[in-house]
Amino acid sequence: MKPRYDLAVIGAGPAGVAGALTASFAGLDVVLIDAAPRPGGQYFRHLPQGFNAQAPGALHHGLDGFTRQWETLRARADVLLGHKVWAVERAEGTVTVRCLEGDREERPRTVTARGLLIATGAHDRPLPFPGWDLPGVLTAGGAQALLKGNLVVAGRKVVVAGTGPFLLPVAAGLAGAGADVRGVYEANGRLGLARHPLLAAGKAGEALGYGATLARHRVPYRGRHAVIAAHGEDALTHVTVARLDSAWRPVSTRTVECDTLAYGYGFVPQLELPVQLGCATRADADGSPVVTVDGGLRTSVPGVYAAGESTGVGGAVLAEVEGRIAGRSAAADLGRRVPPLPRLSRRRERLAAFAKALLEAYPVRPGWQGWLRDDTLVCRCEEVPLSAVREAQDLGATDARSVKLLARPGMGWCQGRMCGYAVACLAGEDPAAPRRPIAQPIRLGDLAAPTRSPLEG
Amino acid sequence: MNQPYDLVRARPEPEFEISVDGAPVPVIPGQTIGAALHGAGIRSWRTTRIGARPRGLFCGIGVCFDCLVTVNGSPSLRACLTEARPGDRVSTGARAGQDGPGGRPGDGGGHGTDGGKTVNGR
Repeated sequence: MKPRYDLAVIGAGPAGVAGALTASFAGLDVVLIDAAPRPGGQYFRHLPQGFNAQAPGALHHGLDGFTRQWETLRARADVLLGHKVWAVERAEGTVTVRCLEGDREERPRTVTARGLLIATGAHDRPLPFPGWDLPGVLTAGGAQALLKGNLVVAGRKVVVAGTGPFLLPVAAGLAGAGADVRGVYEANGRLGLARHPLLAAGKAGEALGYGATLARHRVPYRGRHAVIAAHGEDALTHVTVARLDSAWRPVSTRTVECDTLAYGYGFVPQLELPVQLGCATRADADGSPVVTVDGGLRTSVPGVYAAGESTGVGGAVLAEVEGRIAGRSAAADLGRRVPPLPRLSRRRERLAAFAKALLEAYPVRPGWQGWLRDDTLVCRCEEVPLSAVREAQDLGATDARSVKLLARPGMGWCQGRMCGYAVACLAGEDPAAPRRPIAQPIRLGDLAAPTRSPLEG
Repeated sequence: MNQPYDLVRARPEPEFEISVDGAPVPVIPGQTIGAALHGAGIRSWRTTRIGARPRGLFCGIGVCFDCLVTVNGSPSLRACLTEARPGDRVSTGARAGQDGPGGRPGDGGGHGTDGGKTVNGR
């Protein structure tokens, strides 16, 4: 069967949109697919029309540039929003993308293309700790999504905790939107503003802006501090904040009253689709599996490209640059004339080096494992406490996979997306690339049903 | 608290209502069911099947599956991803057999949110 498109792009964030647009300008017939009803991915998450926001850019840095790319792309390429991709296959030079259309009455749809660009982004990496499953405890990205996508402030009295520069925009966003942010607790050393990584990326204005917002709202920003327990009967009422030593062992503790905790310890790139295709992966600077790519963002599978967080967590600016490079490679590999642009590759190298430095400046230290008690859930879905993980290890489960088979962490609804990193750490391993032959839940009827392409269907 | 609305100079369309276990919850057109619930101060709407622990939003972006609800009889939908529609009847199963706020007999129970015939990986 002749593929319908030259290039399918999965993910409508900065990498996917830049890649699709670049490939389209280079002469390819492109289709862009995203699960969300609006473009932007997590970073440029758009408000629904129903808000009639006159100044939507107030919640984002760089939204105008993204919006211009999006409007241009929409006029040039096919765009399938609200399409969740649950599987991709490749045979005889054709990539088949299997989607479910719609957010409740799902309909199967199939897209075929000669090439595939994977720009599926990342999600928060939470660590388990006592009380992390109490209502009111949210991931930092979840708090951002409520605000950017729904204009809902996650709580009245909010604590922000975890590690990494992402905590700053989350805290500043919440404070600016009216929340009483009781503190930002950065488990690693708080870098002085002069050494802050955002400065290295030419984002001084952004870093200063967050700092100014936090100062204006008198939000304390403490390094070497973490939330090590959350408390409450049916919902969060307070957290235990600890001062940490360099290995993240608690040195002293105090209590902070709050109704909401927004936290995250970095990000997990979403690799289901490249792993399904057999793309090679490697361990990033923080041990996370990421897709292996060459200088043109080609994966190890011919005709398959990856850009953005799936090649290593590095933020929206790097993602956009990678998207552009990948779009150019896809066009060149299909015989389009694409003049070299070494400036773009140099920009990518500079930003990627900075991203690596960031991962090294904000690592996850092993002391967090000491915050857990025997009854602390490691896996939220299957409700597996730490004691069950330790029992499995006593029974001889020496690696994460054996722990999973014996004690069931990672076997529930989320398929280990939330606990996979923690289980790997508890087993003394780097997390493995996820093997999920089905990337999104799908009803059995849809799995069995024949699928139609957008043109036929 | 209208501060986020002022920030982006929103002029929202009129609210509509959905019913959550029989109780009305207001929604701005385009909001997800999960955001509307969270914004209305409802922090949990499901209990887990082993420890009966309360759950609501956690990841907020469709990854963790903690926020599952039944909408108009369709089970196992992620509240954080499902855009609310006027007149939606959301049942959580969390308050089955109890007198939850505004709960009605037969409106919340019966739909185990873990019972949907759905496969997910292995």
